[in-house]
Amino acid sequence: MDIYLVGMNHKTAPVEIRERIAQVCRMDANPLEQRPHCKAVEELFFLSTCNRVEFLFTTRNGSDGVQEITELMVRLIGLPKDTVLKHFYVHKNLEAVRHLFRVAAGLDSMVVGEPQILGQIKDAYREATQYRTVGVVLNRLLHKTFSVAKRVRTETNIGCHAVSVSYAAVELAKKIFGDLKDKRVMLIGAGEMAELAAEHFRGHGVRDMVVANRTVERAVELARRFHAQTVPFAHFLDALLDVDIVLCSTAAAQPILYAADLKPRMRKRKNRPLFFIDIAMPRNVDPKVHEIDNVYLYDIDDLKGIVDLNLSERRHEAEKAQFIIDTETLQFQQWLQTLDVVPTIIALRRKAESIRQAELRKTLSQLPGLGDKEKEAIGVLTESMIKKLLHDPIVFLKKKSVRESKNLYVSFTQQLFNLDQEDAPARSLDCTDG
Amino acid sequence: MGQGMEHVLLILAACVYCIGSVGYFVFLVRNGENVHRAALGMLVAGAVFHGTAIVLRSTAAGHLAVTTLSEALSFFAWLMVVAYVLIQNRLRLRILGSFVAPLAAAFVFGSAILPSHMIPTSPLLKSAWVWLHVSTLFGANALFAVACAAGILYLYQERAIKKKRLGPLYGRLPSLERLDRVNHVCLLIGFPLMTVGLLAGFLYASTVWKSPWNWDPKEIFALITWLIYAVLLHERLAVGWRGRRAAWLAIFGFSAVLITFLGVNLFLKGHHTLFVIQ
Repeated sequence: MDIYLVGMNHKTAPVEIRERIAQVCRMDANPLEQRPHCKAVEELFFLSTCNRVEFLFTTRNGSDGVQEITELMVRLIGLPKDTVLKHFYVHKNLEAVRHLFRVAAGLDSMVVGEPQILGQIKDAYREATQYRTVGVVLNRLLHKTFSVAKRVRTETNIGCHAVSVSYAAVELAKKIFGDLKDKRVMLIGAGEMAELAAEHFRGHGVRDMVVANRTVERAVELARRFHAQTVPFAHFLDALLDVDIVLCSTAAAQPILYAADLKPRMRKRKNRPLFFIDIAMPRNVDPKVHEIDNVYLYDIDDLKGIVDLNLSERRHEAEKAQFIIDTETLQFQQWLQTLDVVPTIIALRRKAESIRQAELRKTLSQLPGLGDKEKEAIGVLTESMIKKLLHDPIVFLKKKSVRESKNLYVSFTQQLFNLDQEDAPARSLDCTDG
Repeated sequence: MGQGMEHVLLILAACVYCIGSVGYFVFLVRNGENVHRAALGMLVAGAVFHGTAIVLRSTAAGHLAVTTLSEALSFFAWLMVVAYVLIQNRLRLRILGSFVAPLAAAFVFGSAILPSHMIPTSPLLKSAWVWLHVSTLFGANALFAVACAAGILYLYQERAIKKKRLGPLYGRLPSLERLDRVNHVCLLIGFPLMTVGLLAGFLYASTVWKSPWNWDPKEIFALITWLIYAVLLHERLAVGWRGRRAAWLAIFGFSAVLITFLGVNLFLKGHHTLFVIQ
């Protein structure tokens, strides 16, 4: 039995194919429904996001399985086979496991370390369980995937830092003010970037907003959108007395705020901190403002600098994450290998148990005078003899399961005990003793 | 009896605090719920050993064991740890453990190194005034220690934001406002405590030595320390000082506390090394 992963992502597929993927994403029909048509495929898991499509499956016949899944995927994307085919990647066993772990940890994402992908995998897994297309192997693999992703999140700083300008601004505000719920944000000017940032601030709990804009209509429009008050543009300096965060994005050619305007107002504010985010170009706020105590001024370049730094930080953290993933992959591999000896162990136990039952029946029928207690004692006796006798061979097989030579020992055991392979239960049964 | 046992407990407490410090250092560099829980557990365990040692010594001496510098250091460290353990959840300022744990370890080791001969008890030490004097002042000092730690963190964090170079601890430190708030609250509670402690001392001194003010070096330094904190409180409440300046002054104030508390006892003689006069 092998695990395969067939798929494509934003790195391997050009934009026109990714657009198709995005459409596939929105489709109602789930490709898991097609599993009965894929004869070679045993367990199947399907993940699609706007940036990737992945099929994860187990099969006893690798080439047929890959063939069937590829065809399914080509049908799904609905483009000619040759154009699609060259963007596929196929991973087998160890590589498939590693790839899945990487995807879940966000290492394979467009923005490294983004957290959404894990939720998407969890949703996809829920669907797969609803369609009953996952069994022992993929269940275990996906649960492992969730725990690996969680481990990467807690043990590395991969998702810690903001990687967009607006979010970097919000993060800074939180560093200065802590809780943003009781803070007041003022928008001066109504540029698109400022709007985006304001949206972010709302998302982080800011409820109290003020808008000051030269054109009143636009101010009113924005105010309605953010449930904000409006202030006449000419009076924005006075409004500075009771706001905490100021987003500037006017088209003014000269700064609209100088340090000299602010200093006396800081005294009136009792030095409560004031955070200016100047995303206008040219800048709206005189850089000297940053030198005043308890006043912080960040312009667009500063914020971009933070974002760049955070991105490189994430890439650095990704190396640590890769190490975690590699060790976890090896661990999973070990579990997987024990699976190969499981059917033989089960067959061995079954054979012993059937012999025991038959002999027990024979003996008991010849001893009609026995009471329930004695019968039970004989039953327990035979059971424990069998258990003790089989214990060593089973331990031996399990130990050999991680070795290359395991097939040799499996076949020896089967010959030694004359185990009929046909009777061996399929792997999809509960192999709880694996 | 108890002497050897008490010493063993003290060393044990110091070791456990050390392990806790390492834990908190790891927590500082790399976030992790388990790391924090382990480090906090170490602090709690240390406080239990430490508290038992203090109780043993106090019962052996017949008075609260704060009469030598060694005992005072140990008692102060214990109060600090207990205070931190009690408020850390409310404060949501786990990073402070990275200060408290090593400071406690250092104090307990210091206490173990200093001569620890036991002062025979005397009616002088059994007065409730002494108890009030010591506990309020130690409480105030512990709060000022927290204010100082918060001040250091504030300055580090503020500098990073002003320089626009957000250092490696950026993601780990609490917000400026929270740090400033901690500084403020510690001052608000610590200053009255200190005032009460000093008044108790003066009142007691006037009954024992017939004069409240004896030009004892510790008295002089204590008054200077009190003045520093009085200025800080005034500036904060009346003028609206906050942030950087308040943080600096809190650090300055705590240095004065350390001089009063340690320096004077170690290098100068007076009636707080008291028990020489017996």
